[in-house]
This record gives sequence, structure tokens and C-alpha cells, in this order.
Amino acid sequence: MSATLKAERPLFEGADWEFSTVQRCHDAIQEIAVGEMGLCVYPNQIEVIGTEQMLDAYSSIGMPLFYKHWSFGKHFARDEAMYRAGMQGLAYEIVINSNPCISYIMEENSATMQALVIAHAAFGHNHFFKNNYLFKQWTDADGILDYLEFARDYVLKCEERYGESAVEGLLDAAHALMSHGVHRYPRARATNLRMEEKRERERRLHDEQVFNDLWRTLPGKAAVRQDPTALERRRALLQLPAENILYFLEKSAPRLAPWQRELLRIVRQIAQYFYPQSQTKLMNEGCATFVHYKIMTRLHEKGLLNDGAMVEFLRSHTNVVFQPEYDDRRYSGINPYALGFAMMQDIERICIEPTAEDMQYFPDIAGKGDAMAVLRDVWANYRDESFILQFLSPRIIRHFGLFHVLDDGDSPSLKVRSIHDERGYRDIKRTLARQYDVGWTTPDIQVVDVDLAGDRKLIVHHRVLNKILLEEADAKLVLQHLADLWGYDVLMKEIDATSDAVLKEHTVSPRAGALG
Amino acid sequence: MHIVDRRLNPGGKSLANRQRFIRRARSMIKKSVHEASGERSIKDGDTGGELVLPAQGVREPSFRRSASGGVRDYLLPGNKEYVVGDEIPRPDGGGGGGGSEASQDGGGEDEFRFALSRDEFVDLFLDDLELPDLAKRRVVNAEAVTYERAGYSVSGNPTNLALLRTVRNSLSRRIALHRPKPEELEALKAEIEALSPDETERRLLLEEELARKQRRTTLIPYIDPLDVRYKRFDAQPKPVAQAVMFCLMDVSGSMTEHMKDLAKRFYILLYIFLKRRYKKIDLVFIRHTHTASEVDEDTFFHSPETGGTVVSTALDEMQRVIEDRYDPSSWNIYAAQASDGDNTASDNERTADLLVKHILPCCQYYAYLEVGRDIEHFPPGFIRRDSDLWQTYEAVVQSGAPLAMRKVGHRRDIYPVFRDLFARKTGSEAATA
Repeated sequence: MSATLKAERPLFEGADWEFSTVQRCHDAIQEIAVGEMGLCVYPNQIEVIGTEQMLDAYSSIGMPLFYKHWSFGKHFARDEAMYRAGMQGLAYEIVINSNPCISYIMEENSATMQALVIAHAAFGHNHFFKNNYLFKQWTDADGILDYLEFARDYVLKCEERYGESAVEGLLDAAHALMSHGVHRYPRARATNLRMEEKRERERRLHDEQVFNDLWRTLPGKAAVRQDPTALERRRALLQLPAENILYFLEKSAPRLAPWQRELLRIVRQIAQYFYPQSQTKLMNEGCATFVHYKIMTRLHEKGLLNDGAMVEFLRSHTNVVFQPEYDDRRYSGINPYALGFAMMQDIERICIEPTAEDMQYFPDIAGKGDAMAVLRDVWANYRDESFILQFLSPRIIRHFGLFHVLDDGDSPSLKVRSIHDERGYRDIKRTLARQYDVGWTTPDIQVVDVDLAGDRKLIVHHRVLNKILLEEADAKLVLQHLADLWGYDVLMKEIDATSDAVLKEHTVSPRAGALG
Repeated sequence: MHIVDRRLNPGGKSLANRQRFIRRARSMIKKSVHEASGERSIKDGDTGGELVLPAQGVREPSFRRSASGGVRDYLLPGNKEYVVGDEIPRPDGGGGGGGSEASQDGGGEDEFRFALSRDEFVDLFLDDLELPDLAKRRVVNAEAVTYERAGYSVSGNPTNLALLRTVRNSLSRRIALHRPKPEELEALKAEIEALSPDETERRLLLEEELARKQRRTTLIPYIDPLDVRYKRFDAQPKPVAQAVMFCLMDVSGSMTEHMKDLAKRFYILLYIFLKRRYKKIDLVFIRHTHTASEVDEDTFFHSPETGGTVVSTALDEMQRVIEDRYDPSSWNIYAAQASDGDNTASDNERTADLLVKHILPCCQYYAYLEVGRDIEHFPPGFIRRDSDLWQTYEAVVQSGAPLAMRKVGHRRDIYPVFRDLFARKTGSEAATA
């Protein structure tokens, strides 16, 4: 660290703040974040909001504008009730992956909290959004706000034209399938949401121009030869199997109107935009927490934070990175802030003062010295799953006392598979990484075939991992939505991934007039 | 970096979503409001409150893996005693190793809790209710007025300035008084400029002319207070329907606490309903034992009293109040009576007589609510005989008077009966309901 020059006076005294305080904090933090830590961020836009606006933002997944749908009202109502009853506090900030990067800060935060929030969101998350490969690949920070505006207006227009209930029915169905509306593997194209709207319009226009009803009247071939390759050909034509169900429906569902396809597309695009966030929760929070911790400590060293503010910060920080143990009443899974922060700090330690164990486990980075460079590289090139596989050190495993319990479903007791010892590190690392792998956590559901010669039944498979079937009541509802969108029957088979045995089948027929 | 203060942005961004949600969950919310009204104490009848909806109806389903069955791996922090190979007895339900983990990827919320605002609550509560036959309308007092344009006036509020009229007046005055136009002055000045130095006489003449005109310009203002006109508005009294509701309650000794509670609940509903739907409505509270008195709201609902039962006293009191304050020709008169149906035997005839001859003719609507014991508490096989008052009133109804009668045994019935009595009906039905 550079030689520390004590500042004349701290950035602020006491809890009160005004806009100039926020500006001063931001500038001082920027100096450290960009100058000393070498972060690379989008320009910041800091917006001060009140409680109700925070609740608003909650209900629209943190976005400043969104189309209208009852489910957001439901979330708002619940959050509001919880908040009023004192059962749930509100976040200090919300940050949006856009360019400029928008951070919402709450008006009732104290000056220290505002500084913390700026360090955490406006620099920590911001850096992560701008540099992580998943975000670069999948999201378009420049265009998201414009796209949301387009989406909102488009939905509004559809409501005016086709009626609120028709739009609502379609959005309900699309939301139910939202988790299966993302492309998991990138194709060779950069997404550009700004262009989306224009291209969509052109595509529809083209479809409408070249539509010729005469084609329908052409006599068909006498008989379809039973070609062994027919199945393959058909599947290739429909681009099957397809794991992006919304995409498949948008392109191939026979009975949807153009505006309905467009709405499916909007929901799909938004799901895709949030897809990286679900894969980098641990890293994103770890990065932001590490950054705020570093920055606040530096501010204090430079005399820009007085001791009182520092204590306030540390108190809040320790609350955030608290990890209850498994037998604690407060335990509700592994705290991404705690694990993320611990791992980032551990990486820094390994770079600067490695032990013999670290040398063995992390030959590439141990003792490398420039911890920030290593961390910046980690933040740019990993997601939660690969990050844990690569960087969960034995020291952290011991520190958290991690252990692996196996429930094989049949035997009356659970079995401890491995604990935090020499023999267990590898297993624990792999098991934990798997918990963060979306491939494992979301059910693998694919559209595999359509019975084109018969009743146009859509055939969907769920590859069952570890014999865990779908939640039946929910699955039925979602399949109902799927059938409504498809317009014909839908058959879902739950197939065991290891033995290919069919464990369960569901068949649903579309409801008449379900989509208005 | 920009700092934007969004606190001043208009609020209620989620309002549209909330309305959609309420509309979607309407039937469920209504049911729940109804249930809540049975449980809630009388005092908070007029506040909103938390509602619990079954999660099923407003469910947002998605493909999820089941919370039970299958092979599962749990990775937990905070190991203290376990070593590899230890067997842990399966925890039942939540708690212990993996319980909460399981709820993370599995089961969702059982019910959905949220708060309705007071307005939303009452709106749903009183959906589709109205006072029947609100027919007599007349001009009452200055409170209900509409303002209508009525020409121009010379005085008034600056916001009502009639600009066109003012300028028109000013123009005609300027023409009439020969106020020099700016162009004339300009022309004169230019002419003086253009004069050669030796035309002294002409110059003097012109300068004198200019001075005169300039003086005139200052003397005759462009806009004079005389010109100013204001739009005039006249207050027109608006006929409104004024109504009075008489609440008659039996508080005699035969009314048990349960019955009084039922009756009070009924009046609370009525009170909320009237306060909400009708701006100008008077309420008269009369309670009676063997004597009757007009009381204020608080006494009516809260103070205990006991004694014998003579129903006609209440009707006498009501008649007295009507004669005193509420002229039937200009007031819509409503009455609701709650009683357990007991009456001194000798009084029945007089009651019916009073009702038919004096009360009903001047009432738009008269509702009689008979509160009974909780039906479940009746011994089986016990045949309920209609009460004295019920029999008396039934005879009155037979003759086609605007009298509605209902029985209530349990507080969950209060709301349906209330809705039944005040449901929106077509005019002809309302009278005979």
C-alpha cells in the first residue's frame, strides 16, 4: 500500500449527509477503487430513493421500469406487509447492471452507510458487471433500460389492442416457463438489445409480406414414406431437442399470434438478462464485499473516516458476513456474502503470505504478490461453480467446518460422506461447486419431439437426476400453461438420467380460451 | 458521476400492479375480508388490515424439483463432532442437518399474507351495497353548490381574469380618448430628425406636438383599472338527497351479551357503510328497554344498560325525533331495528299500530334484524317458535309495507344478512324486499 498521508479532516462527521457528502465520498472512494485497486467500472449514477420506492424496485426485480403484471403487485403487497410488520428490513441499496451503472441508495441510511453502499455497489458490483465474462457474454448493459422501456410500451400497446386479460394470460404462461427460457450455451453472436426491437419489427413485417395463403391449398404428397431418417430430419427442422422452451414456442408454436410470440420473446430476453446473476451470486457478493471492506479500511487509514464511522461500518460488515452454523436456528443455507468474502480474502492471503499447503494447492497464485491483479482476473473469468472448484482452499473448508451429508433417500439415517480433513477436501469442493451449478440446481427439461403426423402432441422430457422428480402440483400447472401456449396436447416424461427408465408421465390438454 | 434525487418522483408506481393483483385475487380477497370481518373486534371494523390468502390461487408455478425423495447431497457449515462414516438420524421436518436446506430448493409458502389499505378493505367489504329508494332530493344548504359561469364582473380573483374582455375594453377606451399610437410618435420623431436646421418654426411646432402627444400617452394608460373584467361565477345550490338512519336497539335484560354483540356488529357495518357511501347522512341512535332514549354513538355502542322490554317506546321516540328534526317531506328516512324479538305481550298491538300508521308511511325502508342465540347451542329436537315481535312484524309485512326482516344467529351470518338487506336492487323490489 502506498504511504499513508493523513487527511486534514474526515469526509463527514456524524450520521447526517447531504448531496455534497455523497459526492465527496464517491470521489474519495473512486480514487482508491480506480487508482489503488485498479478497478474498471461503468460511470456511476447514484439515485437517492425512499422506502416506498425501494419496495417498488423490489417488486420489479430491481429494475427502474417494467411492464405491468399482477405478480409484481403480489410481491409488492407481500414485501410491504413484511416490512410493515418489521419482519423484514430493506436492503441498503440496489444496483442495476446498466451503463451508466445505477445504484439506488436509501434516504434513511447514515453517512457511513452511504459510503459503504457506494463502495459496495457503485464500485464492487459495478466492476463485476463490467468485467465478468458471463455478463459480457449475455447481457447488454448499454441497452437494457431502452429494452425495458420498449417492453413496457409493447405490453401496454398489446393490452390496449387485445385486452388486459389476454395479455395477462400469456404473461402468466410465459412467467411460468421463464426459468426455462434461457440459452445456456452462447452462440456466436453478441446480443444487442438496442437492435432487438428493430429486428423484431422487420422480421414480423417480412413474415407478413411473404405470407401467401395459396401455399396452403397445394395438394400434399400422396403418402409420406416411412423414412428412418424422417425423425432426425423433423427434429433438425424444429431445432430439437430444445432446452429453451420459450424460444422453441416463440419460433414453432403453431397457434400463436405475432404479438404473443413477441411477448414470449420479451419475457425470454429478460430471463436471459438475469441468467448470469443467478450463476454469480457468490462471486458477485464476494467481490463487492471484499471491495467495500478494502475501500473502507483505506478510507480510515487515510483519515477520511473517523473512528466512530469505522466502528459503525465494521458492525454492519460483520452482520453481513455472518455465517450461522448448520444447527443454528438462523441457518438458512450458506451465506454468499460470508463465503464469497472469505474466499476473496483467502486469495489475497495466498498471494501475499502463502503457507506450504497453499503452495501445494495453488501453485499458480501462491506468493505471487500482486493480489489485486489475481483477484481482478478471478472476477473476470469465473462463475460460482468454477470459482469454488478452483479456489476453495482447505483453509476455508476448515474455517467454515464444512461437511458433506448424503441422503440416499431409502435408508433411515443420513450419512456423513466427508468432513474438513485431508481426505475430504476434494469431495467437499466438488459437492459445494455442484450446489452452485445451474445445470444441477434447475431441472433439466427439454422439448424432444412433436408428433407432426398425428395429433401434434408436444413431447417434453425431464432428465431426472438423483431420482428427484418434479414438484407435482407445480409441474402440472406449468405444463398446463405450456399446453395452452402450444395449442395441442403436451406429454411430459420424467426419465431417469442413469437408467433411462420412465419414472412418471404427465399429459395435459390445452384449455379453450385460456389465452383470451 | 451523477447524483439524482428520486425521492420526489411521484409515488404509487406499483399501484397499477397492485390493482391488477387485487382484481385477480378478488374473489379470494372478498372471502377473506368476509372471514376477517367475523373475527375482528368491533372497534377496528373501519380499519384495513392484514389478510391471509391461500397461496394456491395466486400461485406462480415453475418447474421445480421436489422437496422430498431422491438422493440428496447436503453441504453444511459448522461441523463439530462428526467424522466420516457417522450416521445421523433423519430429522423429521425442518431443523437439524439439512432441514432448512431442503426447504430452499423445495416447498414454497403455504399462504400469502399481505395488508389491504383501509379504503381497499372497505371497498371490497361494501361492494354493491346501497340504500334503497333514495328518492327525495331537495336543496338543503350552502354546502352543496356548483359554480356556473355568469357573465363578467369588475372585481374578482386574478386567476379569473377575462383577458380578452379586458383588452377589448382597453382598446375601445384608447381609441375613444385618442391615445397616440406608438407608430405616430415614432413618425413624428423621425420627421423632427429629418428637418433641416433652418426650419426652426416647423421644428418648434412639431416638438410641441410631440410633447403634447407624449403627455397624452402617459395620461391615458394602456390598461386602466377601469378596463379590467373578471369572469363571474355564481354559486348554484345543488339538490342533494339527505337521509337519516335511525338505529333502534333493544338493550333489555333478555338480550344476552352474544345478542348484543351481534346487534352491535350489525350497526357497525351499517355505520361504516353509510359513512362511506353517503356524505350527508344523519344517524340517530335510539336504544330502549322499557323506556327509550336517544343517545350518542359512543353510548350506543359501549355503555351497558338493562331493564324490561317495551318496543313501542323506541318507536315513540323515533316518531318524536322525526317530528322534531326530520320532516318526512324532505328527508329520506331509514330505520334499522335490532332485537331478540321479546316484547311485553300487551305492547305488541300498539307496536304494530305505531309502525303501520306512523313510522312506515314516512320511511323509505325499515329493516328488522332479529338476533337469536347461537343456533348450535340449541338442544336438538327443540322447535323454535317465532318470537312475539317476529309474528307481529310478519303480519305487517303481509300487508305489503316496506319492511324487511332477517334473523341472525351467529356472527358469521351478520355480513351476509347485511348484504342481503342492502344489496343493490331495482327500485320496485327494494320497497317490498
